[in-house]
Amino acid sequence: MTTRYSRRLFVNRFNLVMSLITMAFGLTFLLWILLTLLQAGFHAFSTDLFTQMTPPPGSKGGLLNAIAGSVLMATMGTLIGTPIGILAGIYLAEFGSRGWLAPVTRFINDILLSAPSIVIGLFIYEAYVFRVGHFSAWAGAFALALIVIPVVIRTTENMLKLVPDSLREAAAALGTPQWKMILKVTLRSVRAGVITGILLAVARISGETAPLLFTALNNQFWTSNLDAPMANLPVVIFQFAMSPYSDWQQLAWAGALLITMAVLLLNILARTVFRQPRTR
Amino acid sequence: MNAPIMQATAQAIPGIIAPVPRQGKASTARMPDPKQKNIKLQDLLFRSVTRTFAFLVLAVLLAIIGSLVYGSLPAMRKFGFGFLTSAEWNPVTEQFGALVPIVGTIATSAIALLIGIPISFGIALFLTELSPSWLKRPLGTAIELLAAIPSIIYGMWGLFVLAPLFADYVQPWLIHTVGAAPVIGALFKGPPQGIGVLTAGFVLAIMVIPFIASVMRDVFDVVPPVLKESAYGLGCTTWEVVWNIVLPHTKVGVIGGIMLGLGRALGETMAVTFLIGNAHQLTTSILAPGNSIASALANEFTEAVGDFYTSALIELGLILFVITFIVLALAKLLLLQLAKGEGRRT
Repeated sequence: MTTRYSRRLFVNRFNLVMSLITMAFGLTFLLWILLTLLQAGFHAFSTDLFTQMTPPPGSKGGLLNAIAGSVLMATMGTLIGTPIGILAGIYLAEFGSRGWLAPVTRFINDILLSAPSIVIGLFIYEAYVFRVGHFSAWAGAFALALIVIPVVIRTTENMLKLVPDSLREAAAALGTPQWKMILKVTLRSVRAGVITGILLAVARISGETAPLLFTALNNQFWTSNLDAPMANLPVVIFQFAMSPYSDWQQLAWAGALLITMAVLLLNILARTVFRQPRTR
Repeated sequence: MNAPIMQATAQAIPGIIAPVPRQGKASTARMPDPKQKNIKLQDLLFRSVTRTFAFLVLAVLLAIIGSLVYGSLPAMRKFGFGFLTSAEWNPVTEQFGALVPIVGTIATSAIALLIGIPISFGIALFLTELSPSWLKRPLGTAIELLAAIPSIIYGMWGLFVLAPLFADYVQPWLIHTVGAAPVIGALFKGPPQGIGVLTAGFVLAIMVIPFIASVMRDVFDVVPPVLKESAYGLGCTTWEVVWNIVLPHTKVGVIGGIMLGLGRALGETMAVTFLIGNAHQLTTSILAPGNSIASALANEFTEAVGDFYTSALIELGLILFVITFIVLALAKLLLLQLAKGEGRRT
């Protein structure tokens, strides 16, 4: 009796310690990656990063054109994707109680949310780049927009569903038209949550490499032509990190540090500043 | 009713229409409010606009499938079903088969799940049962941040930090211990190169942990406390409660979470591209370099010349999309079923 009891206690203790170890395992890798980035990235950090173009191997340079290209394409992708995502999210939350379209869309959207991003790139290549005949910043922005849309739809719908019906009824009782009620009452009351979703979408596309490989490609020089290949941080990091030149690898680390910091900052911002009080 | 005052209010507050006092059908028929009609039209317009965008999501899915099928038609015609079973990949003779990348994709994902599932379970267990409540949020956020780190960063870190460690310590050790075993030894043969299927799978495991762990945590959290309390009341230990009560109760959700992680692992591109070694070869050893669908695309697509090369790569993309679609659809269906059960119980 006592041996069985002590064995149960031992199993319990052993497994709980294992659980603690797995938690430590997860945190270790987060810290390890961040520390590696900080160490290697700071080593390569200089003001040149923000003032010089990407260099040919063997000479000094920075990442200015890549940073600008990344910011530009992420902005365009967000600007294209956000309105579409919000409107579709409104449909799912406010008009989606009847008919087949809403449940099917919800289902498909959740799949697109985790669909491999390289396939999105392949699709834009087939549908746009191949027809136009050249890689371009526009194609990159379209690919990024396709990644933004499912994220924004999901958060918009989730947030709108948190709005109590009494708010809708109050607005309706005043004779407010439905579109005005949705845009000015329900959507406005969950503004913070929707912004969180957009921030998370921006964070996600800032680091996306795969969809840009076949769409925006890369460009060693500065360009403001949206119809031409454009440099962007992720693809530059990919190219430079895989190269055998140590000064290129240094720049890749600096770029990696920049991207990670931006992404983590956006994530933390979304989680703290715009946090919606949980209502269950 | 004081109609004039309401009219005045309506004018003072733009957009708010005073309800017209109705006395029977006759009055409404006699006096159709043009504003009311206008609103109906606006609402209809708004509704159809949002509906159009919801429909756009479906259209995107169909367009993706359509364009991939169209792009892979030349390869489909030339290679037929043999494409799936041929291990040949020769751009010079234009002979292509998808077996190596498919095997690589499945092998890396399987390794990722093998390592990732127990660790995710441990983390979810820690977050729901062991952690003091003030630590739950920060620790949960830290694990979720693992999912926020871009995949290219995992790739770089894996190539420059993890792969050398694997080559110097982990792989020689595996070769000497497990590699000497009779049957499974074949999996751990060959020189320790650092990069390869195992390293790629290991990094993938770290990448899918946050997805699986957060689903597990969420489903563990909704187990009715009274169930757990009754088990504790019978004298169960924490582990027995989790293993015999919580896990069976949430198995559908747990499997859904695992499928979600699998969907992520299958399509993961950059990290695998850095680490798998990109060799079109079929070996039994998981220490050897291989190739996955996503990394073959990332490496070769922009450099592919000739219709069949491009087309074969697009067909690879189609295969990847179909596999992940099925996996993710199953995950979603399982989680939906769970949500439905939740609704019935409460």
